[in-house]
Amino acid sequence: MSGRVVHIASNTFREAVRDRVLYNLIAFALLMSGAAILVGQISIGIERLVVINLGLTAVSLFGMVIAIFIGIGLVSKEIDKRTLYTVLSRPVQRWEFIVGKFFGLAGTLVVNTFFMALGVFAALLYVSQHFHAADGWVLVALYFIILQFLIITALALLFSSFSSPLLSAVFAFALFVIGTFAEDLRGFAGMTHGLTRWLATGAAYLVPNFSALNVISSVAHEQPVPGHLIFSNTAYALVYASMALCGAVLIFEHRNLK
Amino acid sequence: MKPSRQITITASVLLVSCLAGSVLLLRSIDRQRTGATLEEVLYISSPKLLKHLSLGYDGLLADIYWTRAVQYFGDHLDKGAEHYNLLGPLLEITTTLDPHLLVAYEYGTNFLAANGGQPRRAIELSEFGIRNNPNEWHLYYGLGFVYYMNLKDYSKASESFLRGSRVPDAHPFLKVLAAQMAERGGDIQTARMLWTTTFETTKDRDIRGNAAAHLRALRVDEDVPILEGLVAQYREKTGHLPQSFSDLEAANLMRGTPVDPAGHPYKLMPDGHVEVRVPDDLPFIQKGTPPGYIAPKPHFKPID
Repeated sequence: MSGRVVHIASNTFREAVRDRVLYNLIAFALLMSGAAILVGQISIGIERLVVINLGLTAVSLFGMVIAIFIGIGLVSKEIDKRTLYTVLSRPVQRWEFIVGKFFGLAGTLVVNTFFMALGVFAALLYVSQHFHAADGWVLVALYFIILQFLIITALALLFSSFSSPLLSAVFAFALFVIGTFAEDLRGFAGMTHGLTRWLATGAAYLVPNFSALNVISSVAHEQPVPGHLIFSNTAYALVYASMALCGAVLIFEHRNLK
Repeated sequence: MKPSRQITITASVLLVSCLAGSVLLLRSIDRQRTGATLEEVLYISSPKLLKHLSLGYDGLLADIYWTRAVQYFGDHLDKGAEHYNLLGPLLEITTTLDPHLLVAYEYGTNFLAANGGQPRRAIELSEFGIRNNPNEWHLYYGLGFVYYMNLKDYSKASESFLRGSRVPDAHPFLKVLAAQMAERGGDIQTARMLWTTTFETTKDRDIRGNAAAHLRALRVDEDVPILEGLVAQYREKTGHLPQSFSDLEAANLMRGTPVDPAGHPYKLMPDGHVEVRVPDDLPFIQKGTPPGYIAPKPHFKPID
């Protein structure tokens, strides 16, 4: 990675911190501590289950909101403030700008997820009094959530490279919802025939597959996640995010910024 | 080559490679996670809880669960599975989310009773459907069908058809079926009436095909004893068994060579039994099969 990409990434990270993005951690901390204290009083036997389900779902949703709403503004904000022209007038190529922005936001999300993960484990320790071996799978679920962030960040950047912030948010959110049902979509495609089958299968493979990256329910039930799935999901998320980034680079490279 | 052009080419090549790579990886993930989406049903198995969690979008969620049930059933049927453990929960979730999704009751009871081996659960599903859609005569018909076909409980079947016949705009045949079932539940005539009603009232090609296959099988089950009866008459008359059907014709017991519903002439065996020529072409037949014949998985053509 070139030094210029690293500079843009670190600036994007600093900007996100300055924009008080990490303030969501306060809301998350309140949610987790509230859940941990309350659930023990109002329910029997599902404290651990609730903390993992609620905690990981909150990590995923908070991160998704950040990824979409910061991601869609990464390019358009720079154009509106005219800071993009200052950046591009220096020896910085357009693809470096896009890739740097991606890594900056991805870094922000990783740091954010790290602190939220600490919150989840603290709540887990509070309700269970000690950690179980199966709690290690929660780390895998968190890792998969980060992989989801990489995909959605790349998609938000892709839409941001050619569309308005509002439409980009709608597109990114719609793809997040569709991607959650990706396995069903491929199942539907498999039930059709002829041209419809080709079109449906094509669409089903084009949308991101978030369903395989969501193992929250299974880890809450102490189900292990197979190693080959971790490997395949990692490869898939990296390849899909790269694909979306390539699309963003291609569009941005040919965009008239005058 | 200009740098911009170089970047465009590199990004384009990368994009296409990544797209191909993502499809391949996704196929690999799908193979690793066969049925994973369905197994997750077990994590939230309470239909009522799911209804609350759907935030009002229960209709859409019901459609998704119904499609999952169809996929699950089809997949298991293809594999020749003996157990359909998730079918019941999937159908319960579907119908709780949308109690007016009639198709889920109509097909679901059939899935559960005929292939899933869970007729009692099929009856519960039907009764739930009737409670929520009391004016749908198809549901009473489905319920009676399960009692008749899977439980051989003819009085309950008759009662179900009778209940259905009281529904406004019910098919007139329900009343006849109820009476027929009460009088002669196990008759071939009753079975024929049921399958004919199914054939005439459904728009589904597969169900029509299945009904037609059953009707063909019933004809064979009716033909074979009649033909064997004629053979017995010939033996009484002549003191020996006929060599072929032409002997029966010569004795004025029948006209022409009898043909089965698949279009093949029946076979007269040396011991006087009558068999169909290609039993695989006539799924569901009970009579006229060679000794020790094991029927393959029923296969029939859908009918428009």
